[in-house]
Amino acid sequence: MTETTTVTLYIPTPLRGFVGGDSSVSVSGETVSEALRQLVTLHPQIKTHLYTEAGDLRSFVNIYKNDDDVRYLNGEQTTLQAGDVLSIVPSIAGG
Amino acid sequence: METTFAPAAISLSPEEIRRYSRHLILPEVGMEGQKKLKAASVLMVGAGGLGSPLGMYLAAAGVGRIGIVDFDVVDESNLQRQLLHGTKDVGRPKLESARDRIHDINPNVQVDLHPVHLTSDNALEIIQDYDVVADGTDNFPTRYLVNDACVLAGKPNVYASIFRFEGQASVFGAPDGPCYRCLYAEPPPPGLVPSCAEGGVLGVLPGIVGSIQALEVIKQITGAGDSLIGRLLLIDTLGMQFRTLKVRKNPDCPVCGEHPTVTELIDYQLFCGITPPASTEETEMSTLPEITVRELKERLDRGDDLFVLDVRRPHEADIATIGAPIIPLHELAFRLDELEPYRDQEIVLMCRSGARSATALRHLQAQGFEKLYNLKGGILAWSDEIDPSIPKY
Repeated sequence: MTETTTVTLYIPTPLRGFVGGDSSVSVSGETVSEALRQLVTLHPQIKTHLYTEAGDLRSFVNIYKNDDDVRYLNGEQTTLQAGDVLSIVPSIAGG
Repeated sequence: METTFAPAAISLSPEEIRRYSRHLILPEVGMEGQKKLKAASVLMVGAGGLGSPLGMYLAAAGVGRIGIVDFDVVDESNLQRQLLHGTKDVGRPKLESARDRIHDINPNVQVDLHPVHLTSDNALEIIQDYDVVADGTDNFPTRYLVNDACVLAGKPNVYASIFRFEGQASVFGAPDGPCYRCLYAEPPPPGLVPSCAEGGVLGVLPGIVGSIQALEVIKQITGAGDSLIGRLLLIDTLGMQFRTLKVRKNPDCPVCGEHPTVTELIDYQLFCGITPPASTEETEMSTLPEITVRELKERLDRGDDLFVLDVRRPHEADIATIGAPIIPLHELAFRLDELEPYRDQEIVLMCRSGARSATALRHLQAQGFEKLYNLKGGILAWSDEIDPSIPKY
């Protein structure tokens, strides 16, 4: 059996209501895409906030691997190592 | 960043030297930095939660000229976080109470008031007149407007933003640095990200984030330290974690990229998918079946078989309720089965002001529900017209 790569996924305040209030979730996957897919499987309510109906990541939701925007790595196909930290960074506008 | 003004022409009076002595003995600020602050002008967009610590600290720090754009009046619900304004200021224009507070802190500061909505027609003209812009507005259209105007005018935009317990800060629009659109190319569709008025905000949060914004403004002016250019500071006050992420300049950015397509200010309401208020009202009136609080009260008193559904969050019902069962708007899509027994009955949807219930109504219409009404004005109208003992929040 192959070892799965487990990473921590930070959930921002606006989305915590959809994951049972937790500030982070442990997910496993070899790529960003797999890890996010597992998040959506575990917490289906968050799906519409991350993905369009066509299944693309929403343009105002940024995904970071450690301190890098995955758009400047390999997008959703960016590979993950055990211990990496993924963050969902949505736009907020309050003042 | 080296500022463009010449501090040599500026001098500090003995009173100013006493006032700023704790700055003057800091090598990173010193006489030169303090003179730069005195020579500098900063435009604050918004005199609310972020604008409060921002305005007060910039004034105390001795920034020579502070401009403020705001058109709001002080409301009781502002006082929990907007320390520029006091209880005595309720009902006054925020600009006036902000100016009074700033002058009380430091009468040496020139305060220029701009009692307008920042728009594509006036933004460049207003921003042109300042060295640094600090964006503390509360909506996406103005965020994109301030960003684009700063890039076009070549002004650094010290950015901060808050929601509930979470804050963000960065510096956009600096030479060679990224802009807000490099971070977020497009705004979220209207309604998906709640405003502070809908989602709430911890009062201390803008105190922290607005103070960081003030600090970054001072660093821009004095050139001290490492600024947040190219970095996004994320603040989670519930977990009490501060993190910084990289923000890269997007070569394809439509505003600050290599081949910009946005070369003048656009219609930001349209860009953010917001229909002009007049036509929204018309559309809603023509397509949304409504019921007034008086009609609802009459029909309930008559014993009509109406099902009233409250789509606010449960903790809001702890503040004020008319006793209706709750399915929060964000859970509606997953709890439709609970509404099936009422499918053939008339359903009245309600929330605080009528906005969320309108969204709920459209959702249920799409699910084939037919006898739906939106409670006009929500529980606020119920408090105004039916039962004043229900508190307004």
